[in-house]
Amino acid sequence: MKMLRRLKPIIKKEFRQVFRDLRTLVVLVFMPIFLLILFGYALNFDVRHIKMAAYDEDKSAASREFISSFFHSEYFDLKYYLTSKSQVNELLDEGKVSMVLLVPHDFSRKILRGEKASVQLLIDGSNANQAATVVGYATGMVQSYSLKVITEVLMRRGASNFALPVDFRPRIWYNPELQSARFLIPGLIAFILMLSCVISTSLSVVREKERGTMEQLIVSPVKPLELILGKTIPYMLISLVTAYLILLIGWLLFDISVKGSQLQLFIITILYLFVALGVGLFISAIANTQQLAFQLSLLLTMLPTMLLSGFVFPIKNMPAAIQIFTYIIPARYFLVALRSIILKGVGWSAFWPELLYLLIFGVLLVALSWSRMRKKRL
Amino acid sequence: MKAIIHIIRKEFIQLRRDPRMFPIIFIAPLVQLLILGYAVNLDIRNISLAVCDQDNSRQSRELLSQFTNSGYFQIAARPQTINQVDRAMDHGRASMAIVIPEKFGSKLNARKPVQVQVIVDGSEALQTSAGIQYASIILNRYIQNLALQRLEQVKGLGLKLPQLNAELRIWYNPDLKSRNFMVPGVLATLLMILTTLLTSLAIVKEKEVGTMEQLMVTPIRPYALIIGKLAPFVLIGTIDVILAMLVAVYWFKVPIQGSLLLLSLVCLVFLMTTLGLGLFISTISRTQQQAMMTAAFFVIMPMIYLSGFAFPIENMPKLIQYFTYLLPLRYFIIIIRGLFLKGVGWHELGTQVLTLAIFGAAILTVSIIRFRKKIG
Repeated sequence: MKMLRRLKPIIKKEFRQVFRDLRTLVVLVFMPIFLLILFGYALNFDVRHIKMAAYDEDKSAASREFISSFFHSEYFDLKYYLTSKSQVNELLDEGKVSMVLLVPHDFSRKILRGEKASVQLLIDGSNANQAATVVGYATGMVQSYSLKVITEVLMRRGASNFALPVDFRPRIWYNPELQSARFLIPGLIAFILMLSCVISTSLSVVREKERGTMEQLIVSPVKPLELILGKTIPYMLISLVTAYLILLIGWLLFDISVKGSQLQLFIITILYLFVALGVGLFISAIANTQQLAFQLSLLLTMLPTMLLSGFVFPIKNMPAAIQIFTYIIPARYFLVALRSIILKGVGWSAFWPELLYLLIFGVLLVALSWSRMRKKRL
Repeated sequence: MKAIIHIIRKEFIQLRRDPRMFPIIFIAPLVQLLILGYAVNLDIRNISLAVCDQDNSRQSRELLSQFTNSGYFQIAARPQTINQVDRAMDHGRASMAIVIPEKFGSKLNARKPVQVQVIVDGSEALQTSAGIQYASIILNRYIQNLALQRLEQVKGLGLKLPQLNAELRIWYNPDLKSRNFMVPGVLATLLMILTTLLTSLAIVKEKEVGTMEQLMVTPIRPYALIIGKLAPFVLIGTIDVILAMLVAVYWFKVPIQGSLLLLSLVCLVFLMTTLGLGLFISTISRTQQQAMMTAAFFVIMPMIYLSGFAFPIENMPKLIQYFTYLLPLRYFIIIIRGLFLKGVGWHELGTQVLTLAIFGAAILTVSIIRFRKKIG
């Protein structure tokens, strides 16, 4: 009870400082919303509307039909209809198109005679991932044209009931329309929480050190533990509000509702915040200046949480040596749990090991920074 | 002139006083480049696949072997029932499942239509689309082969069947290594983060610590102060660029196809813009915390997401695409990728380089003007 009484003024003071600095508050509250909207509408890896150019040496009805089959699909946009081959280089070099289709002059003749015709596809490979997709779509278009002319010939010759033998239907679970907002929201929550929580905790402690007000706090009757609690609780609360804000906006704008249990969601979020606070405290135990603290915070959270947690880039793809690094990224565990709860609607059984890791991780970090701070008397 | 040199000396002395900054300035970016260069990999392989073969016939095994031989999939589970498929997907043991129904083989022989079901975990962005794509390529090839086999039998009638095939030529990156595409991007992003953060504190620190007034009463002119503050960071940034380039070229073996001279020039121009941006933040902030928050959330974050480094700009809505023109990193990434991968030169990249230069000059001028107002 005594402790609570001493805790309150510190929390109050910290909140007052937060509200005094409006810009920081705006950052903490509105940045997540802004990012979420960005993620929902602007950021995705879908490869659609690939800019292409076509050079038709044949200029026959068949070649025109073949070329038009490309831009009738949603995958390709025919941007240029070339009149000479020399334009090809320039278009690809300047990145104005990512694919050029060359139809040779004997295209329709060969098709009519029942021979093997071929077309050339020049693809800009610099963005390897996109190029692989373009290759897939384009060869698919060529394949289906090939099947189409074959069946046409067969129909004409009376082999009428020719149908494709296998019906293949992909089904996408958990996110049927492949809405990018849906798989990015859990990642976004992990990213924002880590970043804002670590930065604000570490800065709030180090600022007192740098300005010399830490000594004043130490000589006051407040115990070190209470001081740390008082300084971190406000940011934890703000981060928690942020997390639910993201969920609320996700629900309002993108119709993403939490499929699993709200209670479980709450528990893992608190646990994750606890780890984030641990990281923040650890940084403030090492750093003496705000600059150092901030650089460290960004270094340890921003890119690693985005790139090493499985948020954007799949962990399974990384070389084994790099995969080891991902084990020390708390967001990795949080993401598994979040995706399970929000998207899949499954419970503890799917992610209890992750939960355990987070718990151990958090306790270790807090203990470590605690012992360091005690030794140095903060 | 002399005043500038004094400021530069003072800045260096201050830098030396905080030795913990050195590993952050020089070693951390390299370590990050090394780790992220490996991690940021969009080549999807080893998608964990659950195989539910309810038929277990020669045909079904043949189809499945085409999946395993493709190199894209790894069999992670062999569930027997749909319920077990459910569990494997729910627990994340498999991110894709293929279900071959009973009587698959015998129906195929009897020329009856059959269905193959492919289930994909939609909660993981990249893998899902890649998985669907690989699966449909493999299945389409299988279907076409079957169709052609059947046609063989019809061929007895003396029919000549036309066929069309595609000759693929992949330019610039024939092995389709995504590393060649991503490493220059990571390099550019790291440089941007480091340099923007470094200068964002340059002036606000003096304000907060209270030494700004002392500087003001000296006869130093604002532009001299700005240049003096900037110079050490230009040096640091240049060293970082050189180190990072060495790692990219000698460690990751990303070849530089274009002109090295142009590349160095562009890097310098880019450094001016990011340092200038940091400085500008410094002039509009009251406290260090504010400056750092502004830098991180209003400058660095939009640049990471909207510059085309990870997410393609063409996919963004028009309005946001226009906004990306305001981000220096956007131009730099186009230039650096053009130079590294395509080997294009001034003719193709001139506009981008000029835009970047104008941007840098503008932001530096604005910082000096803002700074002057403050003194008055």
